[in-house]
Amino acid sequence: MITMATRAGPFTHTVNSISRTMLWVMAALLPATAYGLWLFGWPAIFLLVITLATALVAEALMLKLLGQPVRARLADGSALLTGWLLALSLPPWAPWWIGFLGALVAIVLGKHLFGGLGQNMFNPAMVARIVLLISFPVQLTVWVAPAPLGSASAPSFSQALTYVAGQSTLPEHMSAATSLGVLKTEHSRGISVATTTEQLPPAAQLAMGREPGSMGETSAGLLLAGGLLLLTLRIISWHIPLAMLGTLATLALVSNALDPSRFAAMPIHLLSGATLLGAFFIATDYVTSPVSRSGQLLFGAGIGALTWVIRSLGAYPEGVAFAVVLMNAMVPLIDRGFRPRVFGRSRRGQSLDTQKPKIPL
Amino acid sequence: MWSFRVRGGVKLQYHKELSSEKAVVPMPLPRRLYLPLQQHIGAPALPVVVVGDTVLKGQLIAKAAPGLSAPVHASSSGTVVAIEEYVAPHPSGLRQKTIIIATDGQDRWAALPHPITDDFPLGVTPAELNSRVAAAGIVGMGGAAFPSAVKLDLKSRYQLDTLLINGAECEPYLTCDDRLMREEAAAVIDGVRILAYALEVQSVVFAIERNKPQALAAIREAARVEPWIKVMALPTRFPMGSERHLVLACTGRETPSRKLTADIGVVVHNVATARAVARTVRSGEPLISRVVTVSGRGIREPANINVPLGTLVEDLLVFCGGLHPVPHKLIGGGPMMGAPLPSVQVPVVKGTSGVLALTADEVNDGAESPCIRCGSCVSACPCGLVPLEMAQLVRRGDLQGAQAIGLQDCVSCGSCSFICPSHIPLSHYFNFAKGQLGALDRDSRRQDRIRSLIQARNERAAREAEAKKAAAAARKAAKAAAAAASAAAPVDTPASQLEEST
Repeated sequence: MITMATRAGPFTHTVNSISRTMLWVMAALLPATAYGLWLFGWPAIFLLVITLATALVAEALMLKLLGQPVRARLADGSALLTGWLLALSLPPWAPWWIGFLGALVAIVLGKHLFGGLGQNMFNPAMVARIVLLISFPVQLTVWVAPAPLGSASAPSFSQALTYVAGQSTLPEHMSAATSLGVLKTEHSRGISVATTTEQLPPAAQLAMGREPGSMGETSAGLLLAGGLLLLTLRIISWHIPLAMLGTLATLALVSNALDPSRFAAMPIHLLSGATLLGAFFIATDYVTSPVSRSGQLLFGAGIGALTWVIRSLGAYPEGVAFAVVLMNAMVPLIDRGFRPRVFGRSRRGQSLDTQKPKIPL
Repeated sequence: MWSFRVRGGVKLQYHKELSSEKAVVPMPLPRRLYLPLQQHIGAPALPVVVVGDTVLKGQLIAKAAPGLSAPVHASSSGTVVAIEEYVAPHPSGLRQKTIIIATDGQDRWAALPHPITDDFPLGVTPAELNSRVAAAGIVGMGGAAFPSAVKLDLKSRYQLDTLLINGAECEPYLTCDDRLMREEAAAVIDGVRILAYALEVQSVVFAIERNKPQALAAIREAARVEPWIKVMALPTRFPMGSERHLVLACTGRETPSRKLTADIGVVVHNVATARAVARTVRSGEPLISRVVTVSGRGIREPANINVPLGTLVEDLLVFCGGLHPVPHKLIGGGPMMGAPLPSVQVPVVKGTSGVLALTADEVNDGAESPCIRCGSCVSACPCGLVPLEMAQLVRRGDLQGAQAIGLQDCVSCGSCSFICPSHIPLSHYFNFAKGQLGALDRDSRRQDRIRSLIQARNERAAREAEAKKAAAAARKAAKAAAAAASAAAPVDTPASQLEEST
């Protein structure tokens, strides 16, 4: 029995732990991931496996190199989740080295060079995605039409291996474009956004997710379900997702109402691209988001606004990754300026006046 | 009546069911009683007995020291066998002056002050009540052990309007206040009325957390004849029993930082304190026993026991059937804010609300891992602090930085440590830092004192030198004057001479 004081109390502790949190986040990602793997078949499965394996191996090597406990840190699940999120944001039929390089960048550059778990300033998965997008713009913008496992258009196991190995180019009839991509290219050709929108899949289909896009970003409905699970488990709070989605929706609604030929409608913004994956799983990353509720509201709103700006006014069709990383850079500043009010002090830190009761007793 | 919203806090596993249905049982008299001279906040009491003296139950054995202090009485009759350094119930395991009594088993009472049995208004003045509470050695029995009479005396310096009775008992496991409210509701309410009378306040709020429905019902029933005592059911959320947070929840008034609740007109007393006051006033008995919850999964038979003060924890554990399985931690008080006991050979004192033997599963100690900035501690902090940032500053040794973002506003409730998924001992850091800052503060005050002493000495030396010079000059002048007077005409120049000499 330890009777001598080792440290001060409390002598009871919540059952919550880092690995429990990570496991629940992965569980919440499962439906959307499973749907993406089914929708895009064997190449997507290979890419996911490669990305996860690389992330784990890179994490183990870095931990060993930095002299940290390998087994314990690996078991917390953070590296696995980083790899997972990265894979979900990649084009599903990308060659193996995209996943490999991406995971390497995420874990080594994005995480450990900043000091490891809890120290990284930017979301590692988004850092990797941006590095890949800027370095390999072609591979990162090759989208395929849905080819569900078991359907006629689905590539076989061996065919998939050749795609992933990068040995054969994708068949012409499989290539497709994302909704946001179509809008951007057609607009640059002078075609009104309103006209293009009519040719896009209807909102219900976007919500379902049967459309070209990143491996795990297409099904808005399943991502929303996962996000709601995290909300009910109180693993994330509503502040960041609601602020981000609310700001994006408001800007989209207003701009679309003012000029429908120039700006896409609100449902397209919310249901396509990385909006929902970003709102519930990426922007809410503990390490790279503010710790106070008010700070989180500002952070989420900033991501929503930047996403709309990049999508509507920038050169890239999609902007969630950039928006997240830009707002990540603001976090230290937000944390400084948005502390909760201290008990017994005013917002400015002065001790409250000893004023008399608010209510007569 | 709805309570006001209090920020933060945590939901706990309470485990109160281990002992909540166990009625309070008396502890058989131990063979020896160990009564430390300091069982309260303030200066240690001064012994008024010597080794070999025979003492009676309730007899004063150590009087209150001047200033903030409280007296100590014999919990039973017997012989003083030693007055020596003995292990204190404090995690440091340091020793302190303790009066050791070998009991004679007869429990003979000393002559007690006459009981005040009249109904309200009592036949004594509030000031007389105060001195009786002070003489009975009553201290805050919720755990802080602040001398109660001093709190009753606050009315001389503050404008008080409300007495708040703390029956929240928000710590897990502890059920001593719960049992007291259920079993002795009438006496508790009587104590509350006496306290209100002594404080001369018109408004009383009796606050109880909702997880004690029987206690709520019992107190409501007992208070029905006194409709001016408002009984409030509070949400079950730790740390509801923290003085400032309780005042906010019950009255909507927020105690300003670094001020007392008395500054906003409220005084808080614990349920057990009210019971002790009633006993002292109604029967003349000083504070010589208290109800202690002995619980935890490491205790064979958890219980609520009325324990004579000075009984060893060891005797208490034996009375509860012993330890099984061998516990991981032995705690005095609750698991959130209590402290580990240095040994089983420490006495139960006035502030001991519980003795807990916790198994490793209950404590759920884990290896510390890096902070992932999840913000749980920020949401949990009832004081609106950012524990993760403060801990980082403390770890870096930047105590001033930690102070600048509110270190001194921390009430050490432990919610942040409890909720941290990385098992970072946040409140441990803050307690350490507060101790360091206190030491620095004391040090700088000592430096200031030394500086001012040196300055005073220098000034005094300068003054003395000045005076000496002046005296020498005066002597010289006097001599010169005498010489002049003897030499020449003495009448025409006294004024000019006088000027010279001054």
